[in-house]
Amino acid sequence: MTGALVTVDHLKVQFATDSGMVVGVEDVSFAIQPGETVCVVGESGSGKSVTSLSLMRLVEFGGGVIAGGGLSFVRPDGSVLDLAAATPEVMQVVRGNEIGMIFQEPMTSLNPVFTVERQLTDGLILHKGLSAAEARTRALDLLRSVRIPEPERRLRQYPHELSGGMRQRVVIAMAMACEPRLLIADEPTTALDVTIQAEILALINRLKREQGMAVLFITHDMAVVAQMADRVVVMYRGRIVETGTVTEIFENPQQDYTRALLAAVPKLGEMTGKPAPERMRIVGDEAARAVTALTPQTTKKPRVLLEVRHLTTRFPVKGGVLRRTVAQVHAVEDVSFTLNVGQTLALVGESGCGKSSTGRSILRLIEPQSGEIWIGGQDIRGLNSHDLRRARRDMQMVFQDPFASLNPYRRLRDQVAEPIQNFGLASGSDLQDRVAQIFDRVRLPRDFMSRFPHELSGGQRQRVAIARALAVNPKLIVADEAVSALDVSVQAAVLNLMMELQEDLGLSYLFISHDMAVVERVAHQVGVMYLGRIVEIGPRSAIFENPQHPYTRSLLSAVPIADPRNRRFRDDLSFTPITSPIFPLGHQPAPSVYNEIAPGHLVLQS
Amino acid sequence: MRKFRSFKGLLGVGLVGAIILIGILAPILIAPELATRMHMTARLSGPSLTHPFGTDQLGRDLFYRVMLGSRTSLEIALTAVLMSVVIGLPLGMVSGYFGGWIDNVLMRLVDTLLAFPALLLALTISAILGPNLQNTIIAIGVAFTPYLARIIRGEALRVAQMPYVEAARASGTTNLMILIRHVLPNIMPAVIVQATISLAFAILAEAGLSFLGLGTQPPAASWGLMIQASRDYLDIAPWTALVPGLAVAATVLGLNMFGDVLRDVLDPRSK
Repeated sequence: MTGALVTVDHLKVQFATDSGMVVGVEDVSFAIQPGETVCVVGESGSGKSVTSLSLMRLVEFGGGVIAGGGLSFVRPDGSVLDLAAATPEVMQVVRGNEIGMIFQEPMTSLNPVFTVERQLTDGLILHKGLSAAEARTRALDLLRSVRIPEPERRLRQYPHELSGGMRQRVVIAMAMACEPRLLIADEPTTALDVTIQAEILALINRLKREQGMAVLFITHDMAVVAQMADRVVVMYRGRIVETGTVTEIFENPQQDYTRALLAAVPKLGEMTGKPAPERMRIVGDEAARAVTALTPQTTKKPRVLLEVRHLTTRFPVKGGVLRRTVAQVHAVEDVSFTLNVGQTLALVGESGCGKSSTGRSILRLIEPQSGEIWIGGQDIRGLNSHDLRRARRDMQMVFQDPFASLNPYRRLRDQVAEPIQNFGLASGSDLQDRVAQIFDRVRLPRDFMSRFPHELSGGQRQRVAIARALAVNPKLIVADEAVSALDVSVQAAVLNLMMELQEDLGLSYLFISHDMAVVERVAHQVGVMYLGRIVEIGPRSAIFENPQHPYTRSLLSAVPIADPRNRRFRDDLSFTPITSPIFPLGHQPAPSVYNEIAPGHLVLQS
Repeated sequence: MRKFRSFKGLLGVGLVGAIILIGILAPILIAPELATRMHMTARLSGPSLTHPFGTDQLGRDLFYRVMLGSRTSLEIALTAVLMSVVIGLPLGMVSGYFGGWIDNVLMRLVDTLLAFPALLLALTISAILGPNLQNTIIAIGVAFTPYLARIIRGEALRVAQMPYVEAARASGTTNLMILIRHVLPNIMPAVIVQATISLAFAILAEAGLSFLGLGTQPPAASWGLMIQASRDYLDIAPWTALVPGLAVAATVLGLNMFGDVLRDVLDPRSK
């Protein structure tokens, strides 16, 4: 390919481990033209980050060795440099100066002890030989170009004084400081909320357009790919599966893996007009396809399982010498909803909106301040600790992180058996049989029973976590971001399992998630949370097809859609930042009052 | 068990095994008077055929003394550290897991003990109880407890916030069972490391007490006593310090390696 800015040619990277050399990526070839965005997409372990780190030769700091292939890069003076063979001195000039990089976590990629000014000007003084005053002027220009308000004040601030979105803007400004010809963005929005993600994606698009810079964008999220890419490189297990333009990949994928990956991605809006949740499409899973058709809609009036009335949970903020409570975080503020037997209520919202606190308050893992919680006619808030323990048979929880929610020192059999033993439901061989049946139920092989958590993949662990929750035949399962940490194909399989269990066992889910596309697929009812309150709640179709509250609308408009012909993030976007939920002691917020605009569709009066 | 077959594992197990064997066999095979018999003509003589490790300022044979002294040193160190683990473990676990006022009360108590240097605390306890083997063990054990309790509390605090603990609570597990099944195995690595380090300090603490006349009583031998006695002769007879010093070093090295390997063996992830 002529005129390419970067040509990766049969790249092979190995890692030295205790058991010899392991191949990280092999036979990876692609090119980046000036001014185009190439997205490298793949699931965890696909080698997408290794590829980008190799371009910066940062892979060596992680124990990797470029074992073969070439990485040619056209320098600003027109000469071609093989990055794979460049000396460390040359790489220092290239890094940050000719190739900029943005990392995933904006907090850890900024040094907490330096001001924003210092972080921005260091590279300018080093690479461009600017004086301190010139660098400062340039830094101000950069902050303006990434649309940070009050740039003069920001220069004097430290990273912890900035919000997550602001920090990532500073990181981008740093990467842009020396006007690199190539910007490498490694999962730059994965750790961010969806509205901030939309802003950052729009910003990268604008900078690319204005500066004619090429972008290498690494992500696991097909929806982001659809929004950002000119060309796409799909990777799987260290090799390239398929490359093509974004429309080719999305509309006419050639490889089975690409098709499977695309099928597993829920697309916002694809459930329009459908009455009930539907299983995810999994290519090759005939069982799932057979029942995809329709979930039987119960015609009889649904029974209520969980009723929450005016639930309020606050956390104390301690301060001063005496560690007295000086303020309160209003995590959950006057929240009311009902959940029917055999249905799913999804609580959606951005980080800090109180959705997780609501779930934990209902199980009384944290103690609510006031309000009522009724499960199957039992007043949960009125129970003493002994009765609460018994009541927990009916309500179980599945957590977000399948790595942290299983005890690394216990065999899986014992972890799944624990709830059964807690309630004395079975013992001896009876207990073993029951655990084995639950393993069958979540489709895990029985020989996993004697394994430890680290021997399983993320999706398998989440199945164990679901098995543990199922062990005592609960009526309600609170799933707190239960599929958020999983790869998209694994996420689809776990979601299908959850829906299948719901149909077979009549389970009710309180499904807490930030992912609108997943929620649209699985939920019967949806509640949108903002600053501790439900701002809008109603049947799924009402929320997604007829959103009324301004926050619901902005949330929906920020979700990237896995369709390259429907691009949303071209020009600068700016969403209202979420204000603080911390209020002084004695602050009495107004009660939540709703307008019922359709049967069951409530919108908060503001 | 494969872990034990690494270089570190073999050395650790070998050293600890050898020292324990010496501690058990020496008092049976060596007559105690061999360690206390004085050879006034051969005071402070260097290593030779008759005295392979040399002699001390009273002409006592250092080989016999270091062999017989191992019993005293190990007995005191092992029992004292075991005692501080037995007291400190439940204290720290309860404090870190429950938090709140329980944590406040227990930790202020521990802080009070921490305000005294460990040796001074051991000294006071030993002086009150009177100098004998059992009281030395109690003194050192009590003096070391707050350090262990502090570290265990920190670990328990960390583990108590892990999602698997919340998951256990959500599935109706009682606090006692959470402590035994979930918290204890996950804090064991820290306990093992801290206990092996404490053993080294306990050997030295015994030396300090003995030096002040409150630990092992002369003419009986212990490594600590031997090191303390050597201080006036370091320039003319360095072996008097070197022989017990190397014994302590070998023990500590062996215990540390043993502790590391034990921690790896207990961790299912390292297999």
